[in-house]
Amino acid sequence: MPENAVPLAASSVLVVLPAALVALFPGCPRQATLSAATVSEVIAALNTRWPGMRDRICDSRPAIRRHIHIFVDGERATLQTRLAQGAEVLVMTAISGG
Amino acid sequence: MAQKILVLLGTRKGTFIAETDTNRQSWTLRGPFCEAWPINHVIADPATGTIYAGGGNAWFGPAVWKSTDLGASWTHSSEGLAYPEGTEPVKSVWSIASGNGALYAGVEPAGLFRSDDGGQSWRHVAGLQEHPSRPHWQPGGGGLILHSLVPHPSDDKQLWVGISSAGVFHTADGGATWEARNRGTRADYMPEDQRYPEYGQCVHSLVMAPGMPDRLYQQNHCGMYRSDDGGQHWDSIEAGLPSTFGFPAVTHPRDPATLYLLPLNGDTAGRYVPDARAAVWRTRDAGASWQALRDGLPQDNVFFGVLRQAMATDKLAPAGIYFGTNTGELYASADEGESWNCVAQHLPTISSVETLVVAG
Repeated sequence: MPENAVPLAASSVLVVLPAALVALFPGCPRQATLSAATVSEVIAALNTRWPGMRDRICDSRPAIRRHIHIFVDGERATLQTRLAQGAEVLVMTAISGG
Repeated sequence: MAQKILVLLGTRKGTFIAETDTNRQSWTLRGPFCEAWPINHVIADPATGTIYAGGGNAWFGPAVWKSTDLGASWTHSSEGLAYPEGTEPVKSVWSIASGNGALYAGVEPAGLFRSDDGGQSWRHVAGLQEHPSRPHWQPGGGGLILHSLVPHPSDDKQLWVGISSAGVFHTADGGATWEARNRGTRADYMPEDQRYPEYGQCVHSLVMAPGMPDRLYQQNHCGMYRSDDGGQHWDSIEAGLPSTFGFPAVTHPRDPATLYLLPLNGDTAGRYVPDARAAVWRTRDAGASWQALRDGLPQDNVFFGVLRQAMATDKLAPAGIYFGTNTGELYASADEGESWNCVAQHLPTISSVETLVVAG
């Protein structure tokens, strides 16, 4: 963050995770309530609780992985999407496989 | 002491472990492990018995999985297994090797990573990508992949890698600098006057002879080769083989002159076993002559192939030889290839086969 930037106010948000993701992190629930101002902060908070989860959701560009979709209150989001108080952050696996 | 043999299978849908005793006649199968991710390579560190599985998932990216209890439980990590921001991300782990006191991972797009803490974290061995040929590396049919890792058994600064289709590269300084080692290997897909370039050859697999670190063998897209000077010069040893094309090459565990191959019928002919009859081909004289080993292998209407990492030996005497097919069958020989049995079938496409012998 630039030195003179004002931090965004964190909101309490509900994060819903896909079953295929939580299966990789023993003990991780499908839903969690976190305090975060952006999707990027949600992922940082998830990574603090479950080390390694950032790498499963994001790649090194950095960006949300090509076959992962994140919706905030029903709208497709990016890492920069800001979060309102009480927002629902839905992490989903896209159609892929074979 | 009783022993058991674990045959470690990387497949399109997870890791499997086939298990047997020293008779190698009765088998059990466990899996799929690693959440049924596509797994390109499963190895065991013989010093510790730890099993590592490398792969990549379309949703969740690349990772190396690890089991310290012979497959009963698994963890995964990709900490540090990434290129710098703004560059093409690592898609998948293609090969793993223990050696030089470390663990190595070869990835797609082609690059090398090293772990000094048993696969918990990784660091990029950036020197390979700093080779001046890097902008010219072209992907083969499987992608731009680093698929062969050959550490020197006693000099921890030396390592050879195989990249499709950039060729063989060698470091003598722990990965800081690299030298292309492809002299004598053909690139038939280039114009006629450019078929022996410094790099750009499509190496399919690269292995070292036991007890002879200067002797390397490589199955190439365009021929079969041996080097007796660490890859500085390569000589064709394809005379007597049914095809110049194939993927795996496997050395005998003790005899540096014995090598096993599974030639396919050609890159544009379907890439299955020649004449639709399965055979492992063996040399006992470092490639001067070859014998087909067919006893117990199917000989009618066989249209499978065997991928580059899907063949292995065990350390027993006589040595066991194993290969897995792209149609999900595992074949085993307990007598150095003289006779064969199908010991598992209906598996996903088998990407890799390795072995571990443990007290049992």
